[in-house]
Amino acid sequence: MDSVTKRYPDGTVAVDHLSLEIPDRAITVLVGPSGCGKTTTLRMINRMVEPTEGTILLDGDDLGRQPVTTLRRSMGYVIQNAGLFQHRTILDNIATVPRMIGWGKQKSRERAAELMERVGLDASLGKRYPYQLSGGQQQRVGVARALAADPPVLLMDEPFSAVDPVVRKGLQDELLRIQDELGKTIVFVTHDIDEAIKLGTMVAVMRTGGRLAQFAPPAELLSDPADEFVEDFLGADRGIRRLSFFPSAGLELTRGPVVRADAAGAPPAAAGAPYLLVTDADDRPLGWARPEDLTAGSVDAARLLSHGRPFVPGTDSLRAALDCAVLSPAGWAVAVNDGGRVTGVVSQQTIAEAIRAAHDRTAAQETPGAGSADVTKVAP
Amino acid sequence: MNGFFDIPSDLDNTYFGLIGLHLREALLPVLAGLLAALPVAQLCVRFRWLYPPVLGVTTVFYAVPSLAVFVVLIDYTGQTELTVMIPLAVYSLVVLVPAIVDGVRSVPEETLAASTAMGFGPVRRYLQVQLPIAVPAILAGLRVAVSASISLVSVGALIGNQGALGNLLADAQKYGRPELAVNSVLTTAVLAVLCDALLVLIRNLLTPWMPRGKGGRPKQFAARRELPEPEEASAR
Repeated sequence: MDSVTKRYPDGTVAVDHLSLEIPDRAITVLVGPSGCGKTTTLRMINRMVEPTEGTILLDGDDLGRQPVTTLRRSMGYVIQNAGLFQHRTILDNIATVPRMIGWGKQKSRERAAELMERVGLDASLGKRYPYQLSGGQQQRVGVARALAADPPVLLMDEPFSAVDPVVRKGLQDELLRIQDELGKTIVFVTHDIDEAIKLGTMVAVMRTGGRLAQFAPPAELLSDPADEFVEDFLGADRGIRRLSFFPSAGLELTRGPVVRADAAGAPPAAAGAPYLLVTDADDRPLGWARPEDLTAGSVDAARLLSHGRPFVPGTDSLRAALDCAVLSPAGWAVAVNDGGRVTGVVSQQTIAEAIRAAHDRTAAQETPGAGSADVTKVAP
Repeated sequence: MNGFFDIPSDLDNTYFGLIGLHLREALLPVLAGLLAALPVAQLCVRFRWLYPPVLGVTTVFYAVPSLAVFVVLIDYTGQTELTVMIPLAVYSLVVLVPAIVDGVRSVPEETLAASTAMGFGPVRRYLQVQLPIAVPAILAGLRVAVSASISLVSVGALIGNQGALGNLLADAQKYGRPELAVNSVLTTAVLAVLCDALLVLIRNLLTPWMPRGKGGRPKQFAARRELPEPEEASAR
């Protein structure tokens, strides 16, 4: 996008000299408060809105020169509330674009069935009508319909904002999974900064008046917001959220205070530890206990203290590890392997050191030799 | 009830002949009205400012008594069925135009945006998206228009026995045979009920996609949350 502007006849400027380089085969998220022109920007890509000034190029070709229906059929579009055709079955909804570009009935139906599986819908839903599906299922159909003709570009306009948080999380995970498999160029509009950070390879933060505030990968956005507006928009706990981008793989685990329920007494290594983690015979965590409450051979499950949600080193981030440590009364996080068996525990202090180390590493990468300058920058 | 079905010879028709004539005189005008209302309504949807004046004009037409229209038309079309059917067609517009406009407007914004984004041109969008979704509203309008038309045909009795079943009312007076009036009223009512039932059947066949039960039009988005999950739905 090169210096694209949309000005309405009444003088309102929806998008103001916006220049963006949208990466191929990645998710670019446009995020910002309502009225910041993000939807307008998206709609200029498939020319539902024509830009007043500037050009939009796709692989070097000016979009303005292509026949508009051909252009639109080559871009999938997912909208809030799905916008399904209520008078057509789910299969026919998904098969819409393939039928329009002349695929033939049989082939389109087969393609639609294949896509239902891909987005996690049961094939038996194919003959149903939209009103018979839940909001989350309808949105999956919306995604399947957009993918039907295998377009290289996918435009998504607040697709998950109308569903409840649990369903939304499922849809987001599903989108990331599908993206891993298909590698589309996705432009995704949302007003939810958490969604932007979770999904985006690149995030464009837009401000009211249709101007770009910052265009950066999510980790950089959190560590280095361009100005006060972006910082405000990111919210109060951006420091904690940034931890999502730090891996927990390097954390040093200790098995010292871990004790099996059937083992006798406290292990010698745990001498002096205020709490012990009790596991069952399969090494699955049961809870924390004070050493003096433990009697050999028997554990009173009711007296154990919750161990929070254990994290998987290497898979989860430092944020998950810290969360677990904060939740646990002992101040220690429980690490488990993929099978849920305890591999060790780690203290808040150790996690804090890992966070500091990660900060230093990223600062060194971003501004080689000038890492310390960033640290001293204080928000007004 | 002797002579209940004994149709006076001046009508030159049988009982069933009168029924056929009545249906033709009632339904053809509604059909013509529908064909006229579709483009008019589409113009009203497209150009919003057009809707209020169109609504006003159709209402004024509806307010003109049919007898007055007959007097004017008789100079051109004579004492024929056509003279009866023209005002009926015009009357049907007052119901059909708003029904179609409301129906087409009821298509959700997202659905329209999605169809545009998928590369539907305006004609394809009208025929494949807007019109099918407007079918329940159009059929609701047709039900009113057909019932009204069936009862109004009787007025044709005033111009040379062109009132089909309505002619029996005139003959009941002329020959002092009240049973003919009862026959006329009952048959007309039964016809209206049957036609209405037929329209409901047609609507149900055309709109398998509409939520059924609990009556009324679909509350497309509000009702979604209350719908059973598909697992339950499949048990029905």
